[in-house]
This record gives sequence, structure tokens and C-alpha cells, in this order.
Amino acid sequence: MMKQTSATKDLIIMLVFIAAVLTAPIWLTPIGANYPDLLQKFAIYGIFAIGFNILFGLTGYLSFGHAVFLGIGSYAAVWSFKLLTMNILPAILFAVMWSGLFSVILGYISLRRSGIYFSILTLAFAQMSYNLAYSVLTPITNGETGLQLRLADPRYIDNMFTKAVSEGIPSTNLFGIKMSGYSGFYFCAVVLIICFWISLKIFRSPFGLTLSGIKSNQHRMKYTGFNPRPYLLAAFVISGMYAGLAGALLAVTDPLAGAERMQWTASGEVVLMTILGGLGTLIGPVIGAGVIKYFENIFSSIGDQNLFEMLSWLPEGMQSIVAYVISPFVGSGWHLTLGLVFMLIVIFLPGGLVSGFSKLASTFRPKKKTPQPVASTVSNASGTKEGE
Amino acid sequence: MENTIFHVDDVEKRFGGLLALSDVDLSVKEGRTHAIIGPNGAGKSTLLNVCVGLIKPDRGTVTFDGELVTGKQPYEINQLGIARVFQTPEIFPDLPLIENVILPVLSRRDGAYKFAPFASLRRDKAMLEEAEHYLEDMGLASQMNNLASALSRGDKRRLELAMCLIQHPRLLLLDEPTAGMARHDTNQTIELLQKIKAGGMTKVIIEHDMHVVFSLADYISVLAQGKIIAEGTPEEVKNDPKVREAYLGEAADDE
Ligand SMILES: Nc1ncnc2c1ncn2[C@@H]1O[C@H](COP(=O)(O)OP(=O)(O)OP(=O)(O)O)[C@@H](O)[C@H]1O
Ligand SMILES: [Mg+2]
Repeated sequence: MMKQTSATKDLIIMLVFIAAVLTAPIWLTPIGANYPDLLQKFAIYGIFAIGFNILFGLTGYLSFGHAVFLGIGSYAAVWSFKLLTMNILPAILFAVMWSGLFSVILGYISLRRSGIYFSILTLAFAQMSYNLAYSVLTPITNGETGLQLRLADPRYIDNMFTKAVSEGIPSTNLFGIKMSGYSGFYFCAVVLIICFWISLKIFRSPFGLTLSGIKSNQHRMKYTGFNPRPYLLAAFVISGMYAGLAGALLAVTDPLAGAERMQWTASGEVVLMTILGGLGTLIGPVIGAGVIKYFENIFSSIGDQNLFEMLSWLPEGMQSIVAYVISPFVGSGWHLTLGLVFMLIVIFLPGGLVSGFSKLASTFRPKKKTPQPVASTVSNASGTKEGE
Repeated sequence: MENTIFHVDDVEKRFGGLLALSDVDLSVKEGRTHAIIGPNGAGKSTLLNVCVGLIKPDRGTVTFDGELVTGKQPYEINQLGIARVFQTPEIFPDLPLIENVILPVLSRRDGAYKFAPFASLRRDKAMLEEAEHYLEDMGLASQMNNLASALSRGDKRRLELAMCLIQHPRLLLLDEPTAGMARHDTNQTIELLQKIKAGGMTKVIIEHDMHVVFSLADYISVLAQGKIIAEGTPEEVKNDPKVREAYLGEAADDE
């Protein structure tokens, strides 16, 4: 880690990331992913995965319950829309606060165990929360139907300034800018960039190094004078707040919140995103989130009928056979495809897509002479100096 | 007369039916190097485990500089200034060597917990230099960007020693620090430990290699089957018939 962290390199990473995110509507056009709804999803789940990676990637603690915080974020945001204002800033603030609060409680209890027991505890909590949201807490969550905006919602702050107009539910906005279409995407994009920057800072900080130490050898950490518990809790809460933020943004783009957002499958999805993209890498989780949401969108929208049409270039008999073979993998069966892709990646690219890219890059790059250990130290030392 | 800084008082530990430590007393004077020797399974590592809070004794206490060590968490004990080199090296295999030595500096500087997610490690030039310096002392500087898992067993031990020394501990506990090292490396380690001794650090060292013991120790306790059977200066212990019988006999013949 240390050898690659020159300040210049971090600056380049940041600039490339910013450019890539802001121009996403352009470079994603060829694969048909350039419409705001989908772009927004990429950004939001990117945030979710970046946060999750701070816990799972840095400390190695695998939580199966982070969708709970996504759900809490959404509920908190929708309540802010209902009670206070359609402005998204208070909604986001509340979402992050509430998810932070809940992650302190959940983290405090779950982190009493490590390894598989920690995972099971978080999973149990997630299922409990899902059931609470689904039935017991109906007054807060509106149960099965989900929490929705109504015309009759008080919106106290909004109504202090403007007379209620009765032409339908107002839309979410940032001081008047409507959060739909491209403005919505660009808002999420800016938040994503900030979140990525925070994660970069954490990776390069003493705090981040301490988390990696806990992952590598917790025993040694204790005998080196560190108390791992508060470090782990801090990582857990940060990742919970990231999830809450993502949940709020989901509600910003589509102001409703349902219990299914907290289901264990949603928690599992962020695990897949992180591993698929590259666990413990900076950019991997964002890529993983993008890939999974893209496939979900493309494959799940292919029905039997348009599958048949897509294959019209095949000879008559072949068309129906191929369609028959492919059809279980598309539409509602797209999880099958996801499962296959995931298996292939874990088996052939254990470091995730990011490691695949760097392997590719190193095969195409002109072969460098393998540096002697001494030589590499010298070049690194000078690299660090010029980086400052 | 120097004062006793480290005190093991009447410690007993049972594992099921096995009496691993019984009535063990140890007093270590400040700045001294105190060796514990004894045959395999005598309970030497167990005694150190009690000292760092890894296991709780059934009876007895350990005190360091007037503070009760027994009952404290391992990280609290380290924060008191007690560092330990383990019998099987405990390092951070997934991290580069340089980060392996930076972590102990962080704990020395910031204590058991400090939340600093926005501080930059890279900017901390003084710390990086200190870490590099300690790796140099161990002859590991050329590998500082390699992962610690790639090191040889002897190098892992030296890395762990560097990780302990960089904390400037007031008491260093060493569990067979030269096991698995080539003769040349052993001699280097002895020199290094002698240098530290000149610096006044108190040490408790467990060692099978009598060459190492007699080069370093001011005082020796002999442990056999969980009991201290003899103690004294190296000369006294060498000539104690009980010790020769229990342990030294064979080793002395090799010399
Ligand atoms: N955690 C434990 N549980 C059960 N028995 C243990 C435990 N730790 C040590 N023992 C037993 O206690 C006895 C003393 O072990 P210890 O490791 O302290 O010996 P030692 O003097 O360090 O030996 P060596 O020179 O081989 O390192 C041994 O019989 C060992 O099997
Ligand atoms: Mg031992």
C-alpha cells in the first residue's frame, strides 16, 4: 500500500474518477446505459458499496445486514419529505443521522463476535429489522405498501413559506432544482465523488492502516497496544452511514420506501458488488456496483418476446432453440446470470474485476525488467519525495 | 542497588490436570536481562502468556512498576510499556514491512485508540524515517515494500523484534528470539540485544541456545515442570547440580 501512495498518484486517481463520473452519460451511451435513472442507480449503489468496502474490505468483517441501513435511510428521508420539506438536504441529513445511530447499536452488539458469528449476528439483525418494518412498525413504515408521499402530508417547513398548492405532490428538490432527470444524476454524482474522496482519505490515514492491521492479525494488534473494538465500531458506523446516505438518495430519486429494501438479498447484493469489483480496493466496489446494476437492468428487461426478436438474425429453427436455452437466464431469471458471472469471477479472478484490469494492463505494457529489491526501494523513496 | 521493576508473585496455572505453572516467583531488576531457561514444555511460554494478559493465572499476580498487570487487557498491558516477541512470529503478513513497523509507532504515539480518518500517513515524514531506520537496523530495509508474508522465518522474527523495539518498551519479553535463525543471524541478534541492553531496557528472555543465554543474561531462572528449580547469576546456575541434571547437562556437553 505504502509504495503506491504518492500524493501525485492520489491526485491522478481523484481527477480520473471525477472525469469518469461526470462524463458517464457520454461514455456509457454505446452500451445503452446513458439514461438518468440508471446512471443514478450506478452512483447510489456505488456509494453503498464504497461504504461497505470500508468495513468489509479494510477490516475483513463481513456484514450481511447493511441493507438495513439502506432501508433506514430511505424511511428517514421520506419522513423528512412528509413532515418537513421536499428539499433533499434535511432528508439526507436525517437519513445519515438515523442510520448512524442504528449502526452504533447494531455494531456494538454484533462486534462482540468476529468471523462467521459476526456475519450471522448481522444477518439475524437484518431479518429482524425487515420483519419489524414489514409488520410490527406499520405506523412508521406503512408495512407492506411502503411509505409514500401524500398530498395531505404536513410538510411544515415548505408550508410556512408557500401556500399549499393543490396541484399534486411537489417533487423533491434542492432549493428549487428538481431532482429528476439529469439534475438528479449530477447531484448523486457529486455526492459519489465526495464519498469516494472520503474513502481515499481513510485508506491513506492511520485509521485506515489500523483497520488493515486488524484484518491482517488482530492478535498482534492487541499485543501492540491497540484496542480493536472502537476501531471496528467506527468502521461499522461509517459504512452504516454511507448506506443510509445511499438509502436517502434512493428516496430522493423516487420518494418511497419499502421494507423489501432491507431484505437479506439486498444485503447480499452489496457483498457481491464489493467482491465482484475488488475487495479492499478503492475503485473496485464502484465498478462492481455499476456492473451488477447494469446487468440487472439489461437482463431483467429482456422478456421472452423481445428475446425472440433479438435473435431474428438466426436461421428459423435455431432461433427458437437458442431462445429456449437463453430464456431462463433473462427477465426475472437474471439472477441466474448474475450467479454465473459471480462464480466465474471468484474462480478465475479472485481479486475481482480490478485485478483483472491490472493483469490485462500489465500484459500489454512493455515488459519492465524485474526490479531488484534495492533498486525499487530507492526509486520509491525518491517517488515519495517528489510526490509531496 | 537497582529496584525491582517487574514482579511475578506466586503464579499458578492449570490446564485441566496439567499443572503448567506452580508457585512461580520472578523479580526482574530495572535494566537487567533476565533469562528463563528450561526443557520443552516446562511452562516458559505459559509464564509469558500470563505476563501479557493472554491467559489468566489461577492464582498469583504480576506487577510492573507498581501497577497490577494481571486482570488487564493485552492492549492495556502493552500501553504500560510491555512488548513481546512471540515464539511463532506474530506479524502482519498481508502488509508491507514498512507498515508492519509503522503500526507500533502509531500505538506508541496515539495510545490504544485514536480516530484520525483524515490524517495523512504519507505526510508524517518523521514517522516514516523512524520506521525505515528500524528496518535498516534489522537488515530488512531493502525489502520494506514487500509483504511480510514473503519473509523467511528468521527475517519474520527480526521484523517482529523491530516492531517491538520501535515502541521503546520499558520491558521487552522475548520468547526464543533466535530460534530458526542461521548462526550468523543469531550472532547479529545477540549484538543487537546487547546494544539495547546498554540502552537500559529491561528484558526477559526465553532461550534454548546457551550461547545466546550466556552472552546476554545477568540473571537466570530455571523452570522445569512448572516450577522454578534454581536461579542465580549465570555462573551459579551453570554449576548448580540440580540444573545440570534437569536441563543443562546435555546442553553444556554440546558447547
Ligand atoms: N492453552 C493451553 N491449553 C492447554 N495446555 C497448554 C496450553 N498452553 C500450554 N499448555 C501446556 O502447558 C505446558 C507448558 O507449555 P509451554 O508452551 O509454556 O512450554 P515451554 O516451556 O514454552 O516449551 P517450549 O520450550 O517447547 O516452547 C505444555 O505441556 C503445554 O502442552
Ligand atoms: Mg515456549
